[in-house]
Amino acid sequence: MKTITEIRKDFPILNMKVNGKSLVYLDNAASSQKPVQALDAFCRFCESRYANVHRGVHTLGEHATTDYEAARTKVAEFVNAPSSKGIIFTRGTTESINLVAYAFGRRFVKHGQAILLTPMEHHANLVPWQLMAKSVGAELRFWPMKPDGTLDMEAGKKLLDSSVALVAITHVSNVLGTINPVREIALMAHQVGAKVLVDGAQAVPHMPVDLTEIDADFYAFSGHKMLGPTGIGVLWGRLDVLEDMEPFLTGGEMIKEVYLDHATWNDLPYKFEAGTPPISEAITLSAAISYLNDVGMEWVYSHTRALTSKAYELLSQEPGVTVYGPAVDRGPVVAFNVAGIHPHDLAALLDQEGVAIRAGHHCAQPLMRWLEVQATARASFYLYNTMEEIDVMMDAIRMAKKVLRVA
Amino acid sequence: MSHDLYGEILLDHYRLPRNHGRLENPTITVEGTNPLCGDELTLDLEFTGDHLTNISFSGRGCAISVAATSMLTELLKGKTIHEIEEWTGNFRTFIREGKAPDGVDMGDIQSLAGVAQLPVRVKCATLPWTTLEQGLVRYKGT
Repeated sequence: MKTITEIRKDFPILNMKVNGKSLVYLDNAASSQKPVQALDAFCRFCESRYANVHRGVHTLGEHATTDYEAARTKVAEFVNAPSSKGIIFTRGTTESINLVAYAFGRRFVKHGQAILLTPMEHHANLVPWQLMAKSVGAELRFWPMKPDGTLDMEAGKKLLDSSVALVAITHVSNVLGTINPVREIALMAHQVGAKVLVDGAQAVPHMPVDLTEIDADFYAFSGHKMLGPTGIGVLWGRLDVLEDMEPFLTGGEMIKEVYLDHATWNDLPYKFEAGTPPISEAITLSAAISYLNDVGMEWVYSHTRALTSKAYELLSQEPGVTVYGPAVDRGPVVAFNVAGIHPHDLAALLDQEGVAIRAGHHCAQPLMRWLEVQATARASFYLYNTMEEIDVMMDAIRMAKKVLRVA
Repeated sequence: MSHDLYGEILLDHYRLPRNHGRLENPTITVEGTNPLCGDELTLDLEFTGDHLTNISFSGRGCAISVAATSMLTELLKGKTIHEIEEWTGNFRTFIREGKAPDGVDMGDIQSLAGVAQLPVRVKCATLPWTTLEQGLVRYKGT
């Protein structure tokens, strides 16, 4: 078991000085930093085993294909997917959800049916459904939320009837930190014949996720928020559902036979991986997953939970600060506002102290309206953050209040 | 850099914005938004012939956008349309290059010089100017 000091040594960027101060990186919900183990894996692969996959019969082609498929298996095991054939590599969560909106939604959601969403969705799990619903004449419904930012399960049940074709819901809110009961929701949805997509972008990096147990139909997440590179994401889909779907992107790799006037589709998962896939990114993601496995996802979860509790508590006690989202059982993000300070000013002043936080609408404008704010500040934590860093953030917030003369 | 950015002049305009509120009989009311920050700005413009005889602003925004708007209203109240267009050009040069065109005294606006180095915040300082430009276009069209 690595100590936190050892973990921090694996992330060279954490030694950086920002504006003369030690970097305190608290923008992990936007993107995480990368350990040397993942960066090394990328270099080793590109230096010694790189070629295109599933094409060349030459040695490097074989090596690259072996490593790429091993990465798929690694991902499947990490989230306990029922089958690695259901693991599709995409560019990210956004592409994963768009894939489902096009290849499933436009084919299987009928005029007059409904898509059930929540007001806390990231734009990536909202806008694709708006377009899809418009194109087929479907209705969008929104699962009501309670004032603390958790779902109102009773109110939601009333909306979940047999006219709902799909429930698309985030596992963990990127603003409120709310952890939604996705297993219970999947069960409820299946009882009325609806399919379920879960946006796991903020869940998979931070807690043990078991896709077999959740039993949704689709589950999407990104590599770059879980110590991996940008440009790679994952869509897991149930095999029978994926089999019935037509391709999303078309071209090379996803075909079986091509004639001048028509083509047939490759087997899963390749049917949904048109063109050259993110090969080196998959290998790097695999190394990032090995790193998380070494540390242990249970440890990651409890560590970030402790950080989150401390931040939530200190922020709640700080005069003039409003904290959003549930007080307990939350993911490692804390959105807040300081009275009299626009979040962008706060983020700029915190940056002066080396503290990186996010400020803005967090790609969740409907949720900002629900909270009746323009924007919020947000601190988000990961395995390499320390309790002391939260104290540094709190000092920086007090300094910002002083600079902007907020009592 | 940020501490310099939030200097005394800027903070003074932020805490005590000039020409803040609504006009009773504006000739033109024009709204501007900065989707990145969520800044929302409403400018009330009162023209008498060629002159901007009165101007006020309301809305919500960060310190930089509020201060920049306050400074704009102070500078341009009473100016002719031709003068306003000249100042708009001066401001664009200033925010692009971080310094005023030769021989031009930007007054309090000079305190926004640091913004030029922060691409993300340039839009905050520019919002009142682009919003005013839209107002001028509308006034000229009437």
